[in-house]
Amino acid sequence: MPLPRLIPCLDVDRGRVVKGVRFEGLRDVGDPVELGAAYSGAGADELVFLDVSATTEGRPLLLDLVARVADRLAIPFTVGGGIRTVADAAALLRAGADKVAVNTAALRRPVLIGELAAALGSQAVVLAIDASGGEVHARAGSEPTGRGAAAWAREGEAAGAGEILLTSIDADGTREGYDLGLTAAVAGAVSVPLIASGGAGEASHIAAVLEFAQAALLASIVHESPARLGVLRAELLSRGVLLRDAA
Amino acid sequence: MTTRRPRRVSICDYGAGNVRSVSVALRRLGTEIVDDPLGADLCVLPGVGSASSAMACLRRRGLDRALRERFHLGRPILGICLGLQLALEETEEDGGVPGLGFLPGRAVRLRGGRVPRIGWATVEPGGEAFYFAHSYAAVTPAATAVSEGVVAEARVGSFVGVQFHPEKSGAAGARFLERCLSRV
Repeated sequence: MPLPRLIPCLDVDRGRVVKGVRFEGLRDVGDPVELGAAYSGAGADELVFLDVSATTEGRPLLLDLVARVADRLAIPFTVGGGIRTVADAAALLRAGADKVAVNTAALRRPVLIGELAAALGSQAVVLAIDASGGEVHARAGSEPTGRGAAAWAREGEAAGAGEILLTSIDADGTREGYDLGLTAAVAGAVSVPLIASGGAGEASHIAAVLEFAQAALLASIVHESPARLGVLRAELLSRGVLLRDAA
Repeated sequence: MTTRRPRRVSICDYGAGNVRSVSVALRRLGTEIVDDPLGADLCVLPGVGSASSAMACLRRRGLDRALRERFHLGRPILGICLGLQLALEETEEDGGVPGLGFLPGRAVRLRGGRVPRIGWATVEPGGEAFYFAHSYAAVTPAATAVSEGVVAEARVGSFVGVQFHPEKSGAAGARFLERCLSRV
């Protein structure tokens, strides 16, 4: 198996990195390219940019951002948020993204996963799943769907998703650790790589989830502080977690 | 070798998504990107997506002929990821697709472990980690480097193919590309 990955996640709105306080009052915290480069310099294995713009007004800015990131960084990055069609995804990849993440659009129209995989290859298609109490939620966690997370992950894999990005709504933002039960259940249900998300507060949480997942998404734990990623990497290495030598 | 003229690199654009990343990585190393698959100092065959559509597109754009001619002239070609697999005699992807035949052997679906195989993995010899993202891998006697039992690099004549993505492999990837350029 490849080495476990640490993946900082940046929320972007109209081309800027933002930080929300309980989904209200998004605060501008910087330029995505500069922050991305700083995380890359601190040893990030990949990056995820989530476009949180509620409207489509920000799309041209998103494409411009993707191109600027690709021009600057030499590590893989995924873009998610608002992707509804193959054309949306292809434009992002042409601009320089390596993968796209789909969530609500795939729940609304599951054949989208297969369409994306056929056009772009499974390695470029990440199925993002937000779950609470084991149940998948759509629309940024606001809408319960009645689907089980493990079953939806398995369906997504069968349709052509190349990775699963699993966020525990229950653990997200708590900094009390990843939802290991949920992560283990989904890891056992699929044979594609799994990226665990939600709840990281310290290195031990990351080490624990990497027993089940192939990658850990890092959001608030490293927000506004790329240097914190370097510290976490060092702590994980000292705990015996094999990370790549990023030098 | 002592010329100051920037090395000219042609990238086969057959609709694969990562042409931009490859050209950015090469430009960073001071190369000039040109559209001249036969005459350039180095020709890169990148690759993302499915084998059958990639091969069909190469043919449609006449790039398969240009690559064959270049290979027979002994001029350097670098295949990346799918670009390595397309250089084999055949790939079993999409029900079987004939390749360019620069390398003996075929590409087969990965078995065991999580597939697609995505992430940074150590390549031997060298011991450096590179970024991989693939579901098929080469089985070839021309292998010159491996990663966890998977062919990471293969060479015949002027063709070098790598399964990893040097353009996405940070500093290690840049060093690999620089080594490729230093030989042209």
